Amino acid sequence: MHLGPVIVLDPGHGGTDTGARGAAGIAEKDIVLQFARALRAELERLGYRVAMTRNDDSNPSYDDRAALGNAYRDAVFVSLHVSSTGRIGTARTYYYQVPAAAPAPSGGSSSPITWEDAQRPYIETSRRLANLVQIELSHRFAGSPNAPTPVAVRSLRSVGAPAVAVEVSSVAASDPVAVTSLVGPLANSVARGVAAFHPITPVATGLP
Amino acid sequence: MPRNLKIALGILIVAVVVGLISLRGLQRRMTGLAESQSSDEEARREVLAPEISTSSDAKVETKIYWAAGEDRVAPTTVALALSSEPAVRGKQVLQALIANPTTAEQRTIPGDTALLGFYILPDGTAIADFSMPLSAETPSGIESEQVVVDSISRTLESNVPTARRLKILINGQEVDTLAGHVDLTGFFDLNSTSAPLPVATPSTQAAPPGAPATAKAPKPASTSAPAATAPKSPR
Repeated sequence: MHLGPVIVLDPGHGGTDTGARGAAGIAEKDIVLQFARALRAELERLGYRVAMTRNDDSNPSYDDRAALGNAYRDAVFVSLHVSSTGRIGTARTYYYQVPAAAPAPSGGSSSPITWEDAQRPYIETSRRLANLVQIELSHRFAGSPNAPTPVAVRSLRSVGAPAVAVEVSSVAASDPVAVTSLVGPLANSVARGVAAFHPITPVATGLP
Repeated sequence: MPRNLKIALGILIVAVVVGLISLRGLQRRMTGLAESQSSDEEARREVLAPEISTSSDAKVETKIYWAAGEDRVAPTTVALALSSEPAVRGKQVLQALIANPTTAEQRTIPGDTALLGFYILPDGTAIADFSMPLSAETPSGIESEQVVVDSISRTLESNVPTARRLKILINGQEVDTLAGHVDLTGFFDLNSTSAPLPVATPSTQAAPPGAPATAKAPKPASTSAPAATAPKSPR
């Protein structure tokens, strides 16, 4: 029986939802799928179990994506995105920014955590994960920030596990190769960040 | 002529006559619809007309947060005649945010976006309702969408101190995301560093989201702020 964490990879968008789209025809939904497949290979090489919220041109709902992350006892959720902005070849990691709760209608101070608030108890671990991933990215991709940013990224909101979103710049590249050539090094960096956050066994630390 | 044919012919004639009559009615209804559409257009113009500042509105140095590079916002100080009424003031600064960036690079909100409504509920919740271009024309991406949200929330919190949290609507509706990434189903904190506002008692909490923009926010009371009213309290 294989225990240990399951890394859930979430390529954003899909199907009719192309996500960000550049003038040269680069679509976010296509790049993130390549990114996810490369990252899965990298993680499996390190001995991790990997699940993907999509592995084709489908577009699962935010709830379905989160549900996959919530299906495992010990999951790490990584949502993958390509931006419209930013210097091409830079990358940023985000963790969920919890807004103040809406005023409770009446004395609901001990109410259980609802589905839409599932990320709330994990913010601190998510921040730690984001920090480790961003350290790797900033070493590899010059011009990237040194620290992650808290943002209310929709795809992280209902995930009851440590969760981050990684966004690469950008669909504005004039040549798709400028973005697709990033996929390998990106996958390598993100995998190192995840491994630093959740090491599985001493033998699996043989990182390149 | 067989009887059946006569009956069929009769029905046909009646149908033609009825058709001709209803055609005129239909025409009348169509012109009526066209007229009501133009009055809708008028109503829309009225709603979208910039807030007229009155002589009592003093010109004050106002911080508006526009884009400073692709990943952040920074304040620019402009002199605006602002109302002392928080809801009107919020409307005025958001309209300045949409209308008056000095350069195209500073722009955060797409130029043809209209502010359809702005309200402040008694509990300090600000509701800003924007037209569709905010969602349709903001470049899709975590970074680009966050810059838009930052420019709105920072501009509001620096000019409307009674606003405690912000809800962004598109065309009067709650939407999942701004342009595919940033969550708009929740609230954004405003002025979160200052002391919590007391929660309005049910009797003063009567203003519904559709209430006129004159809904008054409660004055921050220095006494009795129960712990349960802290912004971070669970739902």
